[in-house]
Amino acid sequence: MFDGIQRRVVSLWFPRLASDRVLRQHPIEGPFVLTLKQRNANRIYCLNAAATQHGLHQGMPYADARAFCPHLQSWVAQPEQDQRFLHTLRRWATRYCPWVGLEGKNGLVMDITGSAHLFGGEAAMLTDMRLRLMRAGISTQIGLADTRGAAWALAHYGEGVAPSGEALATLAALPVAALRIEDSISIALQRLGLRSIGDLARAARAPLTRRFGPGLLLRLDQALGARPEEISPYADPPHYAVRMTLPEPIGLLSDVMAGAERLLVQLCAKLKAQEMGARNLCMSLRRVDQGQQQVELRLARPLRDPQRILPLFERGLGEVDAGFGIDQLRLEATQVEALPVQQISHVSAGEQGKLEDLISRLGTRIGLENIQRFLPADSHIPERSFIIAPAAYSDPAGGWVSTHSRPITLFPPEPIAATGARPPRRFRWRRMSLTTGRTTGPERIAPEWWLQDDNWRSGLRDYWRVETREGRRLWLFYTPQNPGWFVQGEFA
Amino acid sequence: MNSLRSYQGPVLFGARTSRYILPMLNAEVPFFPPATSRTHEVCGAGAYVFAFALAARLGSNTMWVRENWDNTQINPTGFADFLEPAALTVCNTGNQSETLAVAEEALRSGAISLVVMQLNKPIGLTEGRRLQLAARDGQSTGLAIIPEGMGSNAAETRWRCTPMFDPKDSTLQKWDLIKNKSGTLGVWHVRWDTASRRIIMVPPARE
Repeated sequence: MFDGIQRRVVSLWFPRLASDRVLRQHPIEGPFVLTLKQRNANRIYCLNAAATQHGLHQGMPYADARAFCPHLQSWVAQPEQDQRFLHTLRRWATRYCPWVGLEGKNGLVMDITGSAHLFGGEAAMLTDMRLRLMRAGISTQIGLADTRGAAWALAHYGEGVAPSGEALATLAALPVAALRIEDSISIALQRLGLRSIGDLARAARAPLTRRFGPGLLLRLDQALGARPEEISPYADPPHYAVRMTLPEPIGLLSDVMAGAERLLVQLCAKLKAQEMGARNLCMSLRRVDQGQQQVELRLARPLRDPQRILPLFERGLGEVDAGFGIDQLRLEATQVEALPVQQISHVSAGEQGKLEDLISRLGTRIGLENIQRFLPADSHIPERSFIIAPAAYSDPAGGWVSTHSRPITLFPPEPIAATGARPPRRFRWRRMSLTTGRTTGPERIAPEWWLQDDNWRSGLRDYWRVETREGRRLWLFYTPQNPGWFVQGEFA
Repeated sequence: MNSLRSYQGPVLFGARTSRYILPMLNAEVPFFPPATSRTHEVCGAGAYVFAFALAARLGSNTMWVRENWDNTQINPTGFADFLEPAALTVCNTGNQSETLAVAEEALRSGAISLVVMQLNKPIGLTEGRRLQLAARDGQSTGLAIIPEGMGSNAAETRWRCTPMFDPKDSTLQKWDLIKNKSGTLGVWHVRWDTASRRIIMVPPARE
């Protein structure tokens, strides 16, 4: 595609990335290490230059390191934080070129083809990079070459620049390990007397392939440019946050709402471009005295319609104390869900939208999980024949099948005094004397042995529908394995 | 609706049965469903049946507001005879003032045709009036399930529902209209007809 344009690749290696990250936040004099539990021992994960001078090295047990260097200071390593830091550096590196990918756990690779002249040439660009990283306190080794492999070799072994088209000449003196090969292959090559890349390039290819497989020569060809190697630029994940800074502080609810509307329109445009809908929104309001207040909004359905979301914010924003005024608004969709575009039809319910808005609005008052709906469940146990699910996170479902009539209310079983397997003629329940008029039953329900349920410890239940002469129609059960009578519900 | 509300019915003032409206077999219950855009009250052991029958009659979405300490749970497999459980949304609130706030908001939204709220303390005139205004704004019906004798003066109608024993029929109830701001009072014996999904009036059971 770019005929005649020579590709140029920069490889950045941060040999002390983890410790540099910690030392940036908490500067410490003298030897310093980060430790991590690896292979059943607390070992050194990363160390600073002073610690290296004391003879410590990576992978060394921490106890030995303490013996070597009694005044050693240490910290627990957090590899996922390091990874996040590397992503931050990747974003920073896009200031030099748009094509930046990650190289392992502590490196970056950049395709600077056609962008070096913007910084006054390659040398000036590298100097700029080195200066900025040094000022940030991050130790770096930089390699620049025609290929990714060659740039990596230069960054890790001897830092330098390979002039265009002279990769082999520059790499010839470097050890074979600079080809990104396994340690075992590198040792075997050294035993054969092939110590440098120059030796390897001069050797006959067929015996090497037969002995080490195609991987070795693939790496060599990649480094020398005979075979291509891609650089995958890392796309920024979409960022669903917008903010607005105001020249003069505001304090009226109507002003804040107007600001919120402008932000919502921007945010919803972003969401629409990605076919996403916001589930949780967070509005941060910064006051002139640097106080920060947050208003959270949880929605019953993913939404991206500013006109529907805005009224839901009203209640939360009304509770904000503006103090001497608010001068910055920030709106972030903290949780988003896929919301594909849908065909509008005559059955698409405006009613349903109104109900969802109502649920969101009530959710800000009593909590979204307190608004529930019933879903059918496959069980004969009365308490488990339905599921109570939060209405915001479930869809209504039909298919209610009942083979026997069931009471309209259920309560925890209430014992009554009675004996025998037949329903009692008279009994007292909730301080009422009741006389049995008509009984229907028994309906035997066995406990589900595959589930632990303390309420069903008493074993089988024989359910009776008992219509009393006083009018109440009760659902009684008798437990034959553990004799006793209970009332559990009331019929219509 | 207007024809129902203005229906006075032939009223029999007897010595023993003071205020019976002459029952017509399988007829609609007068004043049922009670006026929409208003809030009503129901008490007695059959209050849940009244609420479900009203929800079935009004159709559309129903919201049931209850307090979360209450361990009496409405059972969807049981009330599926009355209305589709998918049309019911339950709100669990922390206390009665939250219940009233949620009910007011739901009534005003217009997305719900019936809001049932379970109350256990008497409510003041202010709260009762606010519920009426909210119901009028949202054109929806409110129904408060109240303990016996704790009604509010702002309620449009108040019903007392008691299940009755009948050797042949097993859903018989006595519905007693004990307060009506725009009509007469009355007592009816009713039964739920599962096939036609409606409340029908029956002659009173003999003693």
